Amino acid sequence: MIIGVLKEDPPGERRVAVTPDTVPQLQKLGYEVVVESGAGAGAGFPDDQYEAAGAAIGDATAADVVLGVNPPAPGQLDALRPGATLIGLLNPRLKPELVEDLAKRPITALSLDAVPRISRAQAFDVLSSMAGIAGYRAVIEAAHEFGRFFTGQVTAAGKVPPAKVLVAGAGVAGLAAIGAAGSLGAIVRATDPRPEVADQVRSLGGDYLAVAEPEPDDTPDTGYAKEMSDDYNVRAAALYADQCREVDIIVTTALIPGKPAPRLITAEMVATMRPGSVIVDMAAANGGNVEGTVPGERVVTDNGVIILGYTDLAGRLPAQASQLYGTNLLNLMKLMTPQRDGQLVLDFDDVVQRSMTVVREGELTWPPPPVSVSAAPAKTQPAREVEADAPESKPDPLLRRLGVAVAAAATFGLIALSPAALQVHLTVFALAIVIGYYVIGNVHHALHTPLMSVTNAISGIIVVGALLQIGTGDAAITVLSLAAILLASINVFGGFAVTRRMLAMFVRS
Amino acid sequence: MTIATTATAAYIVAALFFIRALAGLSRHESARLGNTYGMLGMAVALIATVALTIDGDIGLPAFGLLVAAVVVGGLIGLNRAKAVEMTAMPELIALLHSFVGLAAVLVGWSGYLHVEHHPDGEEAVKLAREDMLGIHSAEVFIGVFIGAVTLTGSVVAFGKLSGKLKSAPLMLPGKNALNVAALVAFVALTVVFVIEPDPWALVAVTVVALLLGWHLVASIGGGDMPVVVSMLNSYSGWAAAASGFLLGNDLLIIVGALVGSSGAYLSAIMCRAMNRSFLSVIAGGFGLEAPAASGDDQGTHREISAEETAGALAAASSVIIVPGYGMAVAQAQAPVAALTARLRDHGVQVRFGIHPVAGRLPGHMNVLLAEAKVPYDLVLEMDEINDDFGTADVVLVIGANDIVNPAAEEDPASPIAGMPVLEVWNARQVVVFKRSMATGYAGVQNPLFFRDNTHMLFGDAKERVDDILQALTPVVGRPKAGARS
Repeated sequence: MIIGVLKEDPPGERRVAVTPDTVPQLQKLGYEVVVESGAGAGAGFPDDQYEAAGAAIGDATAADVVLGVNPPAPGQLDALRPGATLIGLLNPRLKPELVEDLAKRPITALSLDAVPRISRAQAFDVLSSMAGIAGYRAVIEAAHEFGRFFTGQVTAAGKVPPAKVLVAGAGVAGLAAIGAAGSLGAIVRATDPRPEVADQVRSLGGDYLAVAEPEPDDTPDTGYAKEMSDDYNVRAAALYADQCREVDIIVTTALIPGKPAPRLITAEMVATMRPGSVIVDMAAANGGNVEGTVPGERVVTDNGVIILGYTDLAGRLPAQASQLYGTNLLNLMKLMTPQRDGQLVLDFDDVVQRSMTVVREGELTWPPPPVSVSAAPAKTQPAREVEADAPESKPDPLLRRLGVAVAAAATFGLIALSPAALQVHLTVFALAIVIGYYVIGNVHHALHTPLMSVTNAISGIIVVGALLQIGTGDAAITVLSLAAILLASINVFGGFAVTRRMLAMFVRS
Repeated sequence: MTIATTATAAYIVAALFFIRALAGLSRHESARLGNTYGMLGMAVALIATVALTIDGDIGLPAFGLLVAAVVVGGLIGLNRAKAVEMTAMPELIALLHSFVGLAAVLVGWSGYLHVEHHPDGEEAVKLAREDMLGIHSAEVFIGVFIGAVTLTGSVVAFGKLSGKLKSAPLMLPGKNALNVAALVAFVALTVVFVIEPDPWALVAVTVVALLLGWHLVASIGGGDMPVVVSMLNSYSGWAAAASGFLLGNDLLIIVGALVGSSGAYLSAIMCRAMNRSFLSVIAGGFGLEAPAASGDDQGTHREISAEETAGALAAASSVIIVPGYGMAVAQAQAPVAALTARLRDHGVQVRFGIHPVAGRLPGHMNVLLAEAKVPYDLVLEMDEINDDFGTADVVLVIGANDIVNPAAEEDPASPIAGMPVLEVWNARQVVVFKRSMATGYAGVQNPLFFRDNTHMLFGDAKERVDDILQALTPVVGRPKAGARS
């Protein structure tokens, strides 16, 4: 099959779905790759790099599998072959008209933003990789607007206090923002309704601000944040109001899938912030977490607070974003090309592929059945089984003691019945076993192989037995003994020599 | 002071030397000295025995043959010892076990020919007077039985280890019943033989024991070979001890007991490391019920390139390498050692974590790494290193699978549940070198491969490590910012 790589349609979009790095890997899966001229120019990948990687430059819309970042322009959609498969960020939750349009066409459409949040789907979770980039970029944009250092310094010209950054929402984007702001030297705080992220926040050097006790909650977990109750919102608002008076930078990342973004920061809170403070509203495209955000715009409030509502934060790092997007897409193609033969297979039994499919061969399959996320594996039941098994596998200590007693009695009886001449040998035998056990118990684990070859050599001591027999005069015995002597000598000499050779290899650093 | 009392004294000295030899192996520093003590003990024992033999008037032709047998055997042994590849150590050791087994069988048969075959002979009459004739017959039987089991068992183990036989376990119907039947036949034949020393009974028990040894080891899979080889080590010791009883020689009894308990101890360590009872290994059958677990719902693994791995290693401050038998199969020890040296020059702390059952022999990995000139103080046991994975930046798992499977700890339903494993997943990043996504010996899917911090580096381990070395050259060439002292 042929993979076509679209030149992105929306103005200002600089990302591309396939980079020259991923072209050879797609070819390894058995595909031919056709890239539209200039598709990678915005991300710094000129056509000749694609050609050098083995791709052809041409009309991507005629391909069997069409890859893009954004939904294609109507013209591009019209050019698709019947039976083609379109993969990209189609955003079916917020764009019902696009879904309707796609369903009218004889194509298959997969949306990468509909990947369920289960751990095995992380390899193609584009939203996570884009969010990480956006979170980083949000801090960079804020630093660009902010008129001061992030890090505190004491210079000859005076003391500079470190900037204080509040990150609302510690998801992928929030955590990336915490990490970026922290490494610029700022004091970072983060809020999130999910208390379990506190450790992740701290691991990146941020302080976790808890809103209040978590409430019992029995809605199905989808791995994303949910809308919170009124009571919670009142307490959260108080927290944000406090923080707004203190911090210099706010990055908001709160999103709820399929719903408008929650309003976290009101205009009154913004009004209490110091002039020159910067707010980056990463939820601007979905209505914004901050009152006064204009999607895609930089707004300065009356009191001199800058609100950035950029909706293309990930796209502002086009090379990085394309690289991660391309890798996610490659992982998806690997999943969907099980035979590595260049044939795309859509497996509807796979919950990941099912969830992503918006349209299958002209038939609307949106919305998919919900997928529940099991963050913590259900361990309790098997554990109970083990407990039940335990008594069987370990014998009763009483029975054990009884067994030992019986064995001891049997040994005692056997030895007591033996003739005196044998008893002497049995004494030696028993003591030698005990000595052997303790001596071997001290042998270093690393020397177990030399130990085995040394014991091999010394069990060649059986040569002594053969030597003692050879003198008896009988021809048959002499032949048997000579054979035994020969074999045992191989052991003695070979065993010691190979042990010597091995031990000589062990050197200290 | 006669020749006989001198010889007995020499035997005691030799036995003490052997004990000193094994004690010397407890530490690297004293190991070489220990081996020398072993050789000394053997020399003392041999000289004393040859003196005894000469004293017994064996005649010049027999003495010449004796010397010739020792010389020829010694030359063959020295030659093998010099030529053997360290990866082929398990085969060599299995082969040497089979020699001890065969020698024990021959000694047993000689004992029969010498005593029971001539019921009116001098020895038989003497033993009968001491009421020891029946005991002697039983000793012949026990010696031949253990020796023959050791012989065929070791030959099969040798075949499996060297790839001459298929390593898959043989599954005869009612295999446990067969083993038990062989033991019952042994006891019955012993009773018959003690009452009436008939050579056919001896032939029968030899055949039964040969078949039993073959069947025991043939029904054990290739991955259980560490246990099998140490078990055969133990058997070869007991065979020598049985010969000692037969000949009334305390030196043979002592050495046989030392070797026997040594092998048993090693088998016990191996079994503990696999969380299985000795009996279950002998009975075989492990891993047969395993394929129930499918890798389907495990998730997707992520690949990494050799270049990216090199970058991660260069940026790390602590690296732990976990080798498995796959490393030996790919002959990747030398490049791994070179990688270790390169990283250490660069100031990266590199250590090795060795699972007790890694390799095909107890301690096999240590020998392979030592051969590749990895300093032994970097090579740590599972218990020594398991707590340190949490602080490691990168863990390289090379050719190992089951010994790093988190299912052993986390999934009580797993066939390998409870087996102690190396907790590599606690490290920041894990890179698994593997040929493909196939399961390990136990046939259990490994959830490690699907963890967020795990990346797969597919291909031949040796080539991949070479690739990393190549990629590392430009990276490590640069001094790192804030280099450690």
